[in-house]
Amino acid sequence: MIELRDVIKDYQTGKVTFRALKGISMTIEQGDYIGIVGPSGSGKSTLMNLIGCLDLPSSGNYILDGREVSKFSSNELADLRNSKIGFVFQSFNLLPYATAFENIEVPLIFAKKNSKARKQRILDLLSQVGLTDKANNKPTEMSGGEMQRVAIARALANDPDIILADEPTGNLDSKSGGAIVQIFDKLSKAGKTIIIITHDAGVAKHARRIVHLKDGYVDGNGSASNSH
Amino acid sequence: MLLLGFGEGLHQQLSINNKGMGEGIVVLWGGTTSKPYKGLGKGRPIEFIEDDIDYLSRKMPELKYVGGEYSRWGITVKYGDKVLSEHVTGVTPNYEQMRFHIPQMGGRMINAEDVKLRRRVAFLGADLKVRLFGDEDPIGKQITLNSIPFTVVGVEVKKMQMNMYSGPDGDKVSMPLTTFSAVFGNRYLETVIYSPHSFDNMKGIEKRVFGVMGSKYKFDPTDDKALWVWDVVAGQKEMNLVLMGIQIFLGIIGGLTLLIAGVGVANIMYVSIKERTREIGIKMAVGARKSYILTQFLFEALLITFLGGFFGMAVSYILTEGFKRIPIKSDVLDFMGRPTISWEIGLIVVFILGLLGGLAGLFPALKASSVNPVESLRYE
Repeated sequence: MIELRDVIKDYQTGKVTFRALKGISMTIEQGDYIGIVGPSGSGKSTLMNLIGCLDLPSSGNYILDGREVSKFSSNELADLRNSKIGFVFQSFNLLPYATAFENIEVPLIFAKKNSKARKQRILDLLSQVGLTDKANNKPTEMSGGEMQRVAIARALANDPDIILADEPTGNLDSKSGGAIVQIFDKLSKAGKTIIIITHDAGVAKHARRIVHLKDGYVDGNGSASNSH
Repeated sequence: MLLLGFGEGLHQQLSINNKGMGEGIVVLWGGTTSKPYKGLGKGRPIEFIEDDIDYLSRKMPELKYVGGEYSRWGITVKYGDKVLSEHVTGVTPNYEQMRFHIPQMGGRMINAEDVKLRRRVAFLGADLKVRLFGDEDPIGKQITLNSIPFTVVGVEVKKMQMNMYSGPDGDKVSMPLTTFSAVFGNRYLETVIYSPHSFDNMKGIEKRVFGVMGSKYKFDPTDDKALWVWDVVAGQKEMNLVLMGIQIFLGIIGGLTLLIAGVGVANIMYVSIKERTREIGIKMAVGARKSYILTQFLFEALLITFLGGFFGMAVSYILTEGFKRIPIKSDVLDFMGRPTISWEIGLIVVFILGLLGGLAGLFPALKASSVNPVESLRYE
């Protein structure tokens, strides 16, 4: 469902062009559980932004469900991010003034769901991540692990096919981190495509396939490196 | 808003004051010829007599009113033990319409019957009445003018008079034209005044007057020194232009103030967007279209502008209404007028506010909606 062909991404800072991705080709099938690992500056986040349709490649092709993403309009990209992809960030990226309930509601509003359907869905998601009693808490009133679970619930709001997680356990202690990874395992079993960027070998271990990035290249392909 | 209100008040009051001497009138004085005509030399004085009033109105049907007055200064006016030296005029009854000699309740202006019968009746200016009678009701009372008894038939309503050619009407005693010439023996009128039916062609009418009077008194109709003319209509038109200028000026000041406020709103929006860069990034990541971000910030800018605007309007309204209700009677206020807020001003201000809020919000909102989601997510 995801196919990258010779994807190059350049960043322009003043007169200096920095090539973050130097020709990446890979295929990710529906239901894959992929860990993307590599040192800082290897292009992990750039790759995730491209896969997440937050950014477009400088050259090369990104084909999502048979369609060339770089030909999408900005509205189509927004709709794609809304319905097909769920993001989980290292720093949670919750709206600070909104409660857990309201944070999960945001993508549902963009999907134009009515308020009754939204409420039903949010309560369902909160119970899935075990936060039913925190619905009216703001991010400042929650622990890191709780915030990340809200973020996961938000990512799942419109039942996307793909979950993209950028260092989801990076800001968490090992216990909360472990709980988050378990949620990903569960989602993977439910058939979601999971793509996790991580430094943490313990987290990467959960993935069925590991992609090593180094200096903007794919460094080997450890598809068989993990097994459950 | 407040500025426009003051402008409107000034406009209305000055327009009223400007009409104190009368509206739509032209005042004529006899002059001296400056051109020889039909064998007569230049330097001949031209003076009006009573018959000229009838003559002019007969010859010129386009004139609605023709009137005139005799005038004398330093007449001893006496009531009881009060003795004053005043300006006395003999006038035609149509001074009520042309020169706004409007009687207060309970009295009347000099009428045609008074003129016909040469009645010894007097019509007092409002200020003179106070000096002579105080609070007393003067109607029907006897006063003497140079020891000749007159009956007071009316007092003029108090008026603010900005234009005058022989002192304010408030200080005058008026009597019938015919009585005046009988009592004081004046041969010549001080002025002749006319008011046409239509004010579209004041210059043309003036030319006709010169023609008609020129043929009677044998002066060259093109001799502009033969008669002195004061076209009050033209003056009032000019005055209106000046007032409009003042209002535009006040409007521009107000507009500039609003513009500065608009820049302020835009600035607040820019700061707010800067602070909320991450929020914009998050919303974009979970599927917000650009138009949603644009609408959100535009709406916020309009909300800020209108909240501020309505607050300002409320304050303006309270201030102007309060100003109107100040119970003191002051000459300055009589002259300047009190600020007035009209519906038109309100609508203009709402329109400008909407425009301003839209513009103040549009540019920051465009900026917000065009941010790169990757960079805004990284923004700390």
